[in-house]
Amino acid sequence: MNDAILRYNLVERVMHWISAITYCYVLLTGLAFYSPHLYWIATLLGGAPTSRYWHPWVALVFTAVLFWMLRVWLGDMRITPQDRVWGDAVGHYIRNEDEDLPPIDRFNIGQKYFFWAMLYSGIVLVLTGLVLWFPELIPWSLRSFRYVAVLLHVAAALISIGAFIIHVYMGTAVVRGGFTSIIRGEVSPAWARTHHRLWYHRVTGR
Amino acid sequence: MSTGALRIQRASGHAGPIPGEDTQRRMQVAKLIDTTTCIGCKACEVACLEWNDLTFRDTVFENSYQTMPETAWNYWNLIKFNEHERDDGSMMFLMRKDQCMHCADPGCLAACPAENAIVQYQNGIVDFQQEYCIGCQYCVTGCPFNIPKFNSQTKKVFKCTLCSDRVGQGLEPACIKACPTGCLHFGTKDDMKELAETRAQQLRDHSGYAHAGVYDPPGVGGTGVIYVLHDITNPEAYGGLPSNPRVPWTVRIWKGPLKWLGNLAMIGGLIGVTMHYLRYGPKHVDGGTGEGGRP
Repeated sequence: MNDAILRYNLVERVMHWISAITYCYVLLTGLAFYSPHLYWIATLLGGAPTSRYWHPWVALVFTAVLFWMLRVWLGDMRITPQDRVWGDAVGHYIRNEDEDLPPIDRFNIGQKYFFWAMLYSGIVLVLTGLVLWFPELIPWSLRSFRYVAVLLHVAAALISIGAFIIHVYMGTAVVRGGFTSIIRGEVSPAWARTHHRLWYHRVTGR
Repeated sequence: MSTGALRIQRASGHAGPIPGEDTQRRMQVAKLIDTTTCIGCKACEVACLEWNDLTFRDTVFENSYQTMPETAWNYWNLIKFNEHERDDGSMMFLMRKDQCMHCADPGCLAACPAENAIVQYQNGIVDFQQEYCIGCQYCVTGCPFNIPKFNSQTKKVFKCTLCSDRVGQGLEPACIKACPTGCLHFGTKDDMKELAETRAQQLRDHSGYAHAGVYDPPGVGGTGVIYVLHDITNPEAYGGLPSNPRVPWTVRIWKGPLKWLGNLAMIGGLIGVTMHYLRYGPKHVDGGTGEGGRP
């Protein structure tokens, strides 16, 4: 496509896919430890001791990429007053009445909330995860940290899973072209005009 | 350590009922430790290492007769010493044999995600089966007694087995066998409870220990190891024996409501997006015509 617009450069795509793959690994192994009904997932992934061994290490990679994303995308992810106007009209977006929505820049408020939800739940997960990883380093007198950590680790994971389900659904099933854009990087002008009009004007000058 | 002679009544990380549960008459076993006749000789420590084939660990001297600060992955039985000052200013040397308490309602088992890694036999013994252990150490968080200990080399957790291998063959645990004063007893929970109460009564009536009593904490459903203490009102003085041990409430929420709510939320989320797709479907990009596409 000659008039295709670059939406995600190579660095952004690589970053996205490292986080996606590492997130899926910690999600699947985490679910195996979460419920006896899902313990079989660990067997598929090489056995539960192996899953338990790699879960925290892969999670560290995921966390590192989260902060890399924060650096690269911080400017795009700040929530603006325009976003809030769009957010108030999100019912139209859900019902696919996109013509009734105000124009927005590179990301809509839902994408921004997704980013912040993953970042903050990721921070909670890594902090509580360190407590779960090295419980022997927590003195007995501070054991309440361990008690709180097990609860927060699962709660933050569930929040990230909710966000993740919506993200994957929107990016693949609802907003057609979104999935291609995070793989090949490009979108059509019509796609950009429809979904991100202010960004379209900004990058094309039209 | 597993043993074929003992039937399992509860298993960690196991969905659904336990095969063979309740097919045998349940006879709860218990170890009785009379702290008032313990002389701190540590014969039980040595017997434990001997029977369980554990090599002797370096001891740690901390100005006490105690061998090391706490039990270890390869040291499951430790006499805790405490120089206790009574209200009248006199001294007491409190000695308590510390090991797994074999709770009727074990926090380690509740917390464990690995199927069969922690089991409770129908006689009440709580046992770790290391071949199923994944090294997550959730049991460490579930235990109110600070008992499960992690071996960072093998990534497995260990603790006292109550000599389930001996008990399964009709023998008493090795520590009981070694005790020279007879302060350790082993038998059915009912018998041990009766013996303990008799001893506590004796201490109250004849030895001047008005607060003597039996430690069998109800917060964990009672334990398979019970103590006779000179002062039941202050178990903390006996090397930090918790006065009201309970499985942490966060562990209960984590393994109870949070699991169900989480499962419902995840399944609800998947159903929700599916329903949304069936109702509204994908968004359309109409190539520059119409309001949505107009520059």
